[in-house]
Amino acid sequence: MKERDYRQYKGVWALGEVRDGEIHPVSFELLAWGRGLADKLSVDLSIVIIGSHIKDKVKELIPRGADKVYVIDHPALEHFRIDPFSAILTTMVEEYKPEILIASATSMGRTIMPVMAVKLDAGLTADCTGLDIDLEERLLIQTRPAVGGNIMATIKTPVLRPQMSTVRPKSKRPLPVDHSRKGEILVKEFSGEFLTSRVKRLAFIREEAIGAPIQDAEYIVAFGKGLKDSKHVELMKELAQVFNGSLGASRNATDLGWISYSHQVGLSGKTVSPRLYIAAGISGAVQHLAGMSSAEIIIAINSDPDANIFGVADYGIVGDLFEVIPLLIKKLKEKAKEA
Amino acid sequence: MKIVVLVKQVPATDNVKMDEETGTMIRDGIESEVNPLDLYAIEEAVRIKERIGEGVEINVLSMGPKKAVEAVRSAIAIGCDKGYLLSDRKFAGSDTWVTAYALSTGITKLVSGFDLILCGERATDGETGQVGPEVGAYLGLPALTYVSKIEEIGNGKIIAHRAVEGGHEVVESPLPVLVSVVKEINTPRMPNFSGKMKAKKIEIPLLTAEDIGADEERLGLQGSPTRVVKIFRPQVARKGKIVSTAGDPDGAVSGLVDFLTEKTII
Ligand SMILES: Cc1cc2nc3c(=O)[nH]c(=O)nc-3n(C[C@H](O)[C@H](O)[C@H](O)COP(=O)(O)OP(=O)(O)OC[C@H]3O[C@@H](n4cnc5c(N)ncnc54)[C@H](O)[C@@H]3O)c2cc1C
Repeated sequence: MKERDYRQYKGVWALGEVRDGEIHPVSFELLAWGRGLADKLSVDLSIVIIGSHIKDKVKELIPRGADKVYVIDHPALEHFRIDPFSAILTTMVEEYKPEILIASATSMGRTIMPVMAVKLDAGLTADCTGLDIDLEERLLIQTRPAVGGNIMATIKTPVLRPQMSTVRPKSKRPLPVDHSRKGEILVKEFSGEFLTSRVKRLAFIREEAIGAPIQDAEYIVAFGKGLKDSKHVELMKELAQVFNGSLGASRNATDLGWISYSHQVGLSGKTVSPRLYIAAGISGAVQHLAGMSSAEIIIAINSDPDANIFGVADYGIVGDLFEVIPLLIKKLKEKAKEA
Repeated sequence: MKIVVLVKQVPATDNVKMDEETGTMIRDGIESEVNPLDLYAIEEAVRIKERIGEGVEINVLSMGPKKAVEAVRSAIAIGCDKGYLLSDRKFAGSDTWVTAYALSTGITKLVSGFDLILCGERATDGETGQVGPEVGAYLGLPALTYVSKIEEIGNGKIIAHRAVEGGHEVVESPLPVLVSVVKEINTPRMPNFSGKMKAKKIEIPLLTAEDIGADEERLGLQGSPTRVVKIFRPQVARKGKIVSTAGDPDGAVSGLVDFLTEKTII
């Protein structure tokens, strides 16, 4: 282990994400988390953005909560690749010494942060759903579901710095845009071996998803094993279309192959935070709830009055989904016509 | 080609007990199984062996209490060749960072000249998904995470598909490499009779921290940078309105539509 004077470590850092040439909204969620932490610690909140042709787009990070934006912009950095991204971030962290470094628990964050933990000799907590500060000890308090969502664990990193965590996408809403906020944009140059990568990206095969990717969806219609057969997915699709929403599913439904894994909501699937979540034929196991309990409004439809899902529902209908859903579609369509 | 598969033994039930003091799991008296995602890693290793044939050796490595040797045996039964278990009280309570340190030290010591390390994307108990890429980083290898397909492997390189947000990324990497797999990659087989017999007979060396030359100060709870300080039950309950379709399905659904209207959803 490297000997370090950890008292020098100050400030909160977030690792932003660029996807398809745009700042991805998970970056705003990280700023919302980071702002709370930085304010409690009375330090600056910085975000690092690594990408290509991104310089002109990073301005929007300041009204979203950043005090400083470090941008590394180079055509070789168009897509996330572990070698250049981790080399650049390691160098920057060693130079600026933030006490906290957070990233999103996306495929990028969950790949780069473990590598950072090894490169920096620092601890990492995965998939947090809560972050806070213990002011007395000046420590990051990290909360995450564990053991199949049955319990929540609070984790601290007492000695090593930075304290690092990945946070679940959609576990916090972005801050409202505030154009009166002031901040600094700092362009950092990296060249030569920093930009080389052993892993080459050969192609990208896009997936045809129904509606928006569920993490980004405002309306989600989800089904579970109670749907009984893949042929009934059409019924759920029809309901989703009424809301212009996306389809979600329980693990049982994805395991049965009724819909692709990318639609799975829950602990081992996606965390979603839509305005509306309709759960039909889903029992409401803790692992499922772990992925959707922060939805603004939850509607449950289940034939079993004792189903767990009713415990988190804002409105629940005890009944046969094959009776309820067609009726609901009909009434919603009538309502749409009226308007 | 030499392949290393990392496997973990996990509790088979989802009502696991926790030690409220240390915040670690109580593993005694609970049925165990091979971490489900690791079965996909084992299967993929065996498929590579079947495809390439002669000259492929699959080594299974696990870390855990002595009874985790069962997990190593399960992997042998499916078609792996050699197995090792890192088992030492000094490993107890290790977080992912320490686990990855011990595993990578073990790999270096036990399997010289490996080309590929395979593991499941995450384990069902800790659910961190950190150990794989951390092992890669300790060994200085590129980590290919979320791999859903190995298109080509051999001649010093691998072409693989990664299941990421919005689709699949096709990547090429030189060997050696660390690959963590997701369920999409294959359908794991069940062990056959001869596999089970082989697994029963094979000797699985148990190795201590000293055997693999691990730095004791970096091990266990003591060496772990992160500390579980509290555990509690999640609170997600809401007190919503629950109606039944019994007798009046129309009324129940109309009530829902009114509710959605009131909440300005529609
Ligand atoms: C480590 C771990 C991770 C997990 N991760 C996830 C995860 O990410 N996501 C997830 O969803 N699960 C996850 N699970 C699985 C979870 O424990 C449950 O098994 C799963 O969520 C159950 O799916 P279900 O509700 O579709 O099926 P079931 O539990 O079988 O429920 C089906 C429901 O349909 C109802 N039903 C049947 N017929 C009708 C009808 N005609 N009309 C209305 N209702 C009907 C039944 O009353 C029942 O409540 C995980 C488990 C573990 C151990």
